[in-house]
Amino acid sequence: MQGSTLDSTQPPHPVPAAESHADLRVWGLLTFLASESLMFGGFFAAYLVLRGGAAEWPPAGTEVELLLPTLNTLVLVSSSFVIHLGDTAIKQNNVAGLRKWYILTALMGSIFLIGQIYEYLTLGYGLTSNIFSNCFYLMTGFHGLHVFVGLLLILGVLWRSRQTGHYSDAQHVGVEMAEIYWHFVDIIWIVLFTLLYILTVF
Amino acid sequence: METQIISNTTSPTSTATEHPAAWKWYDYFRFNVDHKVIGIQYLVTSFVFYLIGGLMAMALRTELYTPDPDVLNPNLYNAFMTNHGTIMIFLWIVPAAIGGFGNYLIPLMIGARDMAFPKLNAIAFWLNPPAGALLLASFLFGGSQSGWTAYPPLSLITANTAQTLWILSIVLVGTSSILGSVNFVVTILKMKVPSMQWSQLPLFCWAILATSVLALLSTPVLAAGLVLLLFDINFGTSFFKPDAGGNVVLYQHLFWFYSHPAVYLMILPIFGIMSEVIPPHARKPIFGYKAIAYSSLAICIVGLFVWVHHMFTSGTPPWMRVFFTVSTLIVAVPTGVKIFGWVATLWGGKIRFTSAMLFALGLLSMFVIGGLGGVTLGTAPFDLHVHDTYYVVGHFHYVLFGGSVFGIYAGIYHWFPKMTGRMMNERLGQLHFVLTFIGTHLTFLPMHKLGLQGMPRRVAMYDPQFVNLNHLCTVGAFVLGISVLPFFINAVWSWIAGAKAPDNPWNALTLEWTTSSPPPVENWEVLPVVTHGPYDYGMGYGVSHDSNPDANDSSDDSSAPPASNPILALD
Amino acid sequence: MKQIPASILTLLAGIVITLVSLWVGQHHGLLPEQASEQAPLVDRFFSVMVTIGTALFLVVQGALIIFIIKFRRRSGDETDGLPIEGSIPLEILWTAVPAIIVIGLGIYSVDVYAQMGGFAPAGGMVAHHHTRPHHWFTPDAVAASLEPNSGLMAAPATLAKYGIGAAAGQTDSADLTVNVTGLQYAWLFNYPDSGIVSGELHVPLGQSVQLNFTAQDVIHSFWIPQFRLKQDVIPGENTELHFVATKVGTYPVVCAELCGGYHGSMRTQIIVHNPDEFAVWLQQNQIASHA
Repeated sequence: MQGSTLDSTQPPHPVPAAESHADLRVWGLLTFLASESLMFGGFFAAYLVLRGGAAEWPPAGTEVELLLPTLNTLVLVSSSFVIHLGDTAIKQNNVAGLRKWYILTALMGSIFLIGQIYEYLTLGYGLTSNIFSNCFYLMTGFHGLHVFVGLLLILGVLWRSRQTGHYSDAQHVGVEMAEIYWHFVDIIWIVLFTLLYILTVF
Repeated sequence: METQIISNTTSPTSTATEHPAAWKWYDYFRFNVDHKVIGIQYLVTSFVFYLIGGLMAMALRTELYTPDPDVLNPNLYNAFMTNHGTIMIFLWIVPAAIGGFGNYLIPLMIGARDMAFPKLNAIAFWLNPPAGALLLASFLFGGSQSGWTAYPPLSLITANTAQTLWILSIVLVGTSSILGSVNFVVTILKMKVPSMQWSQLPLFCWAILATSVLALLSTPVLAAGLVLLLFDINFGTSFFKPDAGGNVVLYQHLFWFYSHPAVYLMILPIFGIMSEVIPPHARKPIFGYKAIAYSSLAICIVGLFVWVHHMFTSGTPPWMRVFFTVSTLIVAVPTGVKIFGWVATLWGGKIRFTSAMLFALGLLSMFVIGGLGGVTLGTAPFDLHVHDTYYVVGHFHYVLFGGSVFGIYAGIYHWFPKMTGRMMNERLGQLHFVLTFIGTHLTFLPMHKLGLQGMPRRVAMYDPQFVNLNHLCTVGAFVLGISVLPFFINAVWSWIAGAKAPDNPWNALTLEWTTSSPPPVENWEVLPVVTHGPYDYGMGYGVSHDSNPDANDSSDDSSAPPASNPILALD
Repeated sequence: MKQIPASILTLLAGIVITLVSLWVGQHHGLLPEQASEQAPLVDRFFSVMVTIGTALFLVVQGALIIFIIKFRRRSGDETDGLPIEGSIPLEILWTAVPAIIVIGLGIYSVDVYAQMGGFAPAGGMVAHHHTRPHHWFTPDAVAASLEPNSGLMAAPATLAKYGIGAAAGQTDSADLTVNVTGLQYAWLFNYPDSGIVSGELHVPLGQSVQLNFTAQDVIHSFWIPQFRLKQDVIPGENTELHFVATKVGTYPVVCAELCGGYHGSMRTQIIVHNPDEFAVWLQQNQIASHA
């Protein structure tokens, strides 16, 4: 929003305090994520319908692996707590703490993505093998894309935090937004993991 | 969203004045974050697509003048039919009603200097031109031919490249719609001027709020369905291929979960426009402000649970057919509340038959027909007969043309002076109204009987017994085609050389009329203070006193200081 | 001129509107002839809706026109209208009346739907929603269905889940079963009991007929306007229609779901015979198809 013609300019006369509106980006992000969650909702609903119509789910030969994804899940879920420590740090004006925890979150996110790619390479079936694998790759892939975007956001925060005073206890909306987005990605994964892994095993 | 997240916070202390006092003509062709520029960009762009979609419709009606497929190749017919629907919905009504009027008016109506996220707003608009280009480019590959519904398996086996472009186009406008809706929700909820109570929020804002919530909740589900379709066409998956475990009815659910609410996306903002246009031109307060505001929210909520009425003849079990019959019928109640409220608003008024008011009254009349037809279609036993027939085509054109397009016209005549600083010609406006009114009935009324008698929709060839009524429809379509000419001439001529508009030509009481016509870049020098409700006509506001003394002159008073016209301020 | 009280005028208008609506409801002449047992049910329901719709139409349009004339601005009048902001009793009235109407219509529509057999598609009430007969979806199975004597011919009859079943009070087993295949751009009718394959649908008058649908390529929709019946024919789903023809004659069979470039030409006809004539037709064609 900085650099936008309108925001960086104010009318020449003094602006009453009530006119400069508060930073609404967190509201915007929450609204957007409410909407985005329904796109996953669409995929989940489709998955459940297709699963309900199948005689055998997953079809023989396309069983999911459980050990690696469970470890991956643990990494991703704990990263949600780690990123919150970074947020807590900046609220105490501790930029070094913010950087430390966000770097750790980024590492955990990368581990998750690498684990996901490793899983893809070792599963032995591909996107087009059958209706289950269609769903599996589409849903995990779409989620992985979101993890990747979240990773970029975290890296963006880290990049900006190099500049002294960019984030402080008073000004850290970007930090908060990256955190909210990361929690979102995490919650979606928990649902996805339940649907795709746990419910196919039991 | 991502650029938003890593960007700076808005600096309230910045004092640089980079923008000009008024926008130049070329600013309207560039990436511009002013909500007023974006609103006009939406309106003009969507109008261009309206003309393209209209030409396609005339080609379709030309083909249907005779029972035989003698003018267009049947595949081209289907391509025109598909893209006519797609363009009119996704590139005309939705962007014009929500993007155009919503962006232009919401900040002005709530006393804000811009939308909450101006840059995001501009990005949302600029997704539309490439989406339109993709649709038009699809004709190089035969055009998508499976209807705007794109039901598989037909959409999986017909013109794959064109279908892929179609999907990408819809995903782009869907993204635009979601980003725009985020902006509207946050702007309306968080940015109204502090002196405005919720009960003083103009009804258009309530309507846009309901519309945005609906778009946010339903659009992503369509996106999910289209992504699955895209993968089925291009990447070898089989979500909708029954011989490999897929399910074709699943697509219909995902599609209609969005596309029925899409009907409300196209009509709720229009209802908002109606509530803004009728009171000032009837000189009456709106009848039942709360009922009209709440009915928008009711339509938004109930509208999420009616989608299966498009699938009564499909693979739907009896309980669904019954449940969705009842939920669909219930939508008629809040809709009726609005209609009755507007009619009652006229009672005891001093109705001025401006072009804007003519279109609003025409809409009231048309929408009653469309609404009653909709009630009949919502009942499963009757729908079994008329589903996928011309009865449906007649019905939804009464709603979408007699409703949405009439409302867009009413809005343009009403706010044109505010947007451009020029008045439109009333004579041409009346001619436009008469032609459109006659053309609409002539085109769409006979379709009801055609459907009841046995003519299915989406056909390039039909039984010779239907030829007479089809002649009427085709003649009507050409009247509608011609009816655009007086409007087009009027709009272009008035924009360049129309009479200068005073700040408040209609003596209206909503906030957008308290600033100059056209408004300055930040909308007001000093933000207005709300002292009365948006529709307090007959209470001594508007006519004898007003917060803005310049706005009090009656419309024929030429002593009002001419406002500068941004389009014409070439130097 | 003596002023007539408004209440009298309203009463008169109400009577006129009622009479006109009742007349229009009975004489709209919009629907084609009735040739199935379901048709009169649907038409009666439609007539009720037309009656109510006409009344509402007249009330709203009448009010609109009267108000437009009566409350037009007289030239030179720059004043505002009356500052009336609403009326709670009136708003309750026009919320409650439509609500009662639509609830009434809803109940009536469910009743009509039940009488049409909508709650009894074969197996619809017993089949679990999530178990679908997978073997039936394979291309081989569809191809096999085109073989008149294939063992799979009887399959859809027991597995159909969606559509219109036997009407209330009728037994589930039909007098005549026909397996219908929709393909771009034709209908094929298989008579499993006699082995006849036909491009036209022949049925006897007054006997219950069950159509079991399969789609070979894309979605089609089987519609007989004179029967007021329509059912999509969906790849991967089994659908059915159950009817009793009530009038001898030839009626169009129309595809109502976009199925490709020549969707409009995907038409055939249904011929309703007297039972004796039907027996003759059956016999002649049985000989022809076995020859």
